Amino acid sequence: MKLRIFVTLKPGVLDPQGRAIHKALGGLGFAGVNDVRAGKLIELDVADDVSDAQIDAMCRKLLANTVIENYRVERA
Amino acid sequence: MKTAVIVFPGSNCDRDIAVALRDVSGTAPTMVWHADTALPDGVGLIALPGGFSYGDYLRSGAIGARSPIMAAVTAAAERGVAVLGICNGFQILTEAGLLPGALMRNAGLDFVCRDVPLTVENAQSAFTSRYGAGERIVIPVAHHDGNYAADEATLDWLEGEGRVAFRYATSVNGSARNIAGILNAAGNVLGLMPHPERRIETAAHGGNDGRRMFEGLFELVA
Repeated sequence: MKLRIFVTLKPGVLDPQGRAIHKALGGLGFAGVNDVRAGKLIELDVADDVSDAQIDAMCRKLLANTVIENYRVERA
Repeated sequence: MKTAVIVFPGSNCDRDIAVALRDVSGTAPTMVWHADTALPDGVGLIALPGGFSYGDYLRSGAIGARSPIMAAVTAAAERGVAVLGICNGFQILTEAGLLPGALMRNAGLDFVCRDVPLTVENAQSAFTSRYGAGERIVIPVAHHDGNYAADEATLDWLEGEGRVAFRYATSVNGSARNIAGILNAAGNVLGLMPHPERRIETAAHGGNDGRRMFEGLFELVA
């Protein structure tokens, strides 16, 4: 089973990387970009009998730092 | 007092902290590999050094915090053993849940490597007893991810309990409330971004403001 885990900074947490990308887009002449937030995509290939609870535990214990990040699991 | 330095793949300040501990105490620490599962019997101080454990993969300190030795470090911290995390060591302590909050990319995105003035906020911990409250000291920083972040309630709680040990005198990396180092609730775990082990002797380091942290530790944690 293939999973895609999207890890994003929580709303309100300053994202200096997103801000730098935003600035660089402006520097390239792209107008109309209101905001940029950078995150991570982690792809997992797991056995079919791995439970949702185990996947959630993987996210909470390692893949995301829930102090500053949210995560979303997408099944491919 | 017995001391131990945890060595992770990618640690690069492990020898600096070992030299500092040996110089101040007269006894060399035991170097403990991250894949080990036990600490030396009777260890009184555990240091997590600076560096880039696991290449900062995933998040700074994230993989190091899940190393086999960390179960023993956490158990020791719960028993009251002094645990000092410097720079990457601080990142590992937050990732391991031994200290609250997180260390994010510096707000200016730049790697900051210079001497910075700090204010000693709490001079009553085992780590800071040789400093005066409000004293200004100079300790170098060298980091990319030192921007301390926590929600407002956590920050208020830390401040209210006097757990902010050191604050940057002026903004260095965008840290919330200019926090440079924090203590756990029991006061036996300190994480800080600046490198006290790089300010041990004036002739070599241009100052010795870091030395008193270790002098205080060896006096109190006998």
